Amino acid sequence: MNNQDATSISSPLGSLGEAKYIDLYKQERETIRKNSSVLFTNYREESFERFRRLGFPTTKQDDYKYTDLTSALSVDYALNTDVENSGKSPYDVFKCTVQGIKSYLYFVLNDAFYPSDVKKETLPEGVVIGSLKEIAGTRPELIERYFAKQSAKKEDGMAALNGIFAQDGFFMYVPKNVSLDKPVQLINIMRHDSDFMANSHNLVILEEGAKAQLLVCDHTADDVRFFSNRVTEVFVAENAVYEHYKLENTHSKTTNVSTLLIDQKESSKVLNNIITLHNGLTRNNIEIALNGEHTETLLCGMAVGDKNQEVDNYTSILHNKPNCHSTELFKYILGDESKGGFTGRIYVAEDAQKTEAYQNSKNILLDKTARMRTKPQLEIYADDVRCSHGATIGQLDETAMFYLQSRGISESEARLLLMYAFTADVIENIRIDALKDRIKLMTEHRLRNNSASSDSCVICR
Amino acid sequence: MLEIKNLHADINGREILKGLNLQVNAGEIHAIMGPNGAGKSTLASVLAGHPAFEVTEGEVRFLGKNLLELAPEARAAEGFFLSFQYPVEIPGVSMVNFLRTAMNEQRKYRGEEPVAASEFLRLMKEKKELVEMQSNLTNRAVNEGFSGGEKKRSEIFQMAMLEPRLAVLDETDSGLDIDALRIVANGVNKLAAPDRAIIVITHYQRLLEYIVPDFVHVLFDGRIVKSGGKELALKLEAEGYDWIKKEQAP
Repeated sequence: MNNQDATSISSPLGSLGEAKYIDLYKQERETIRKNSSVLFTNYREESFERFRRLGFPTTKQDDYKYTDLTSALSVDYALNTDVENSGKSPYDVFKCTVQGIKSYLYFVLNDAFYPSDVKKETLPEGVVIGSLKEIAGTRPELIERYFAKQSAKKEDGMAALNGIFAQDGFFMYVPKNVSLDKPVQLINIMRHDSDFMANSHNLVILEEGAKAQLLVCDHTADDVRFFSNRVTEVFVAENAVYEHYKLENTHSKTTNVSTLLIDQKESSKVLNNIITLHNGLTRNNIEIALNGEHTETLLCGMAVGDKNQEVDNYTSILHNKPNCHSTELFKYILGDESKGGFTGRIYVAEDAQKTEAYQNSKNILLDKTARMRTKPQLEIYADDVRCSHGATIGQLDETAMFYLQSRGISESEARLLLMYAFTADVIENIRIDALKDRIKLMTEHRLRNNSASSDSCVICR
Repeated sequence: MLEIKNLHADINGREILKGLNLQVNAGEIHAIMGPNGAGKSTLASVLAGHPAFEVTEGEVRFLGKNLLELAPEARAAEGFFLSFQYPVEIPGVSMVNFLRTAMNEQRKYRGEEPVAASEFLRLMKEKKELVEMQSNLTNRAVNEGFSGGEKKRSEIFQMAMLEPRLAVLDETDSGLDIDALRIVANGVNKLAAPDRAIIVITHYQRLLEYIVPDFVHVLFDGRIVKSGGKELALKLEAEGYDWIKKEQAP
């Protein structure tokens, strides 16, 4: 009571419709508890308190300056409080074959893991992949040690909301020294008859010396407004090697908030490539904590925006230990009225000597109405470090344009070549060849049909 | 083939070409020489259609068409080629993709079918040999990390691939050592043909020992002030441009 009064006077808390979600939880608390694992109960209650305290993020907060969720949150979304599957199959809208990519394929339909075609015995021995909710019941010992260990520390309203409502998600466990022979592919697909919000929690665990590649694809199938709010926690133990590809290809009525939290232990190597090809409003929170010496992390991404699309990548690399190496490269191509945001936070702890951290944000604006805001944010408390950052916002190189045209290449084709070339070094950082080829094609397709709507998934055509 | 009449051109409001006249016929090799700042590179840029230059007066006809009305890419498709003094590096665009796109875009303009993949590869191989270009250069991005000599060789290689009717070589000899110069010049000579004309823009006589011109012109203060045979180049080499300047002084 007190809380409510105080906030309505002193802060905008509550102005984005938090009450609806708070009331919904109060009402459905028992249903949710009944339907989900006891392992999640404490975290859910903590998240609820956190959400009541924080509310939804607003552009008045430094971290969310470039992401305005006001209009997305004004929609009256339906939510599941009991995430049994709705009966719609992802398979009928989605015959996914990234050509030539042989993967272990899984779906999260809205907010729930969908029963998979992959036979358990085809996975390497000891590997567990499946529904977070189900495995919390059958193998709680796999989950307990890790679940919410990162997300519970996030002072973020969206992550808190996720903590309240998420009951299921994708789970992957790769035991010590086991390598997955094929990439794992997770398709997050949104299907519903009315405006809908989905919260899901993914958990990925690689034990010492394990190796895995995960490709996460975000898609939307029905012509309604979607809000997806996902949290993914990844734990990469000593000497493990992990690659995380996130490919978004959603329709323009989608708001996609994704929080990716990665914990890296000694001598582990991680590659992230976060590609936003088509979307509505996207906010990626990416936090990589280097919690062991001699870790390496490479974080890349790109975004292509037109119409009123908005993409904001908020990245944070925490050099908590000495002798770690991080490289970051993000590229945006924005046309029409689209908006881009990028924050590159690099934190170097006091004793994290011999840190190397390099960051680059390069952006092309195709039209005067497009906007890009990019911000490096270096917080360095050690003295023996090598850090650099660079940010550019520009147009296509006119001398290169003229050179191409002077060889007979039309203006439109020359622009296409240069835009495509601009993204090349991000795409080169895809280490699954079939996926790389596919993304090259999709990028070209996307750039060529810059204004065409992409209501279905081009990845699977 | 090329007829330039009373050409005037500005950059940022400053007049560089001040009434230039020149006629080039098929099969001919012309050399244009002149001191720094005379307008040599401006002439090359204006002919190629560089947007920074504005033509304020005059006329250029190329194979019967009004060249100045055409977009740069249309000029190329009509058979005009400029070998750049400073070729541009384009990271991320492979030489192969660049040339195939250029070739097919030109073909599309002329209403021809795109080149078949096998035919394209055969041409690449043949033309690379012509300019003694190392094989791996064409596997790289356009001019990226090429040495000065490699860039110039790449220009002549592109010329060989695109088979223009008129090629303007802007200071192709600058930055080349003697061996590279000989190789580039050999390439150009092999490309000389009865239905093709070449204009060589150069500071020095040196290149003209290898590419022997039919005509030599002196460009001074935005105009061609003297024309002659190849002996004119030798005189310029021996005596410099002072005598031209004196002649031009009022």
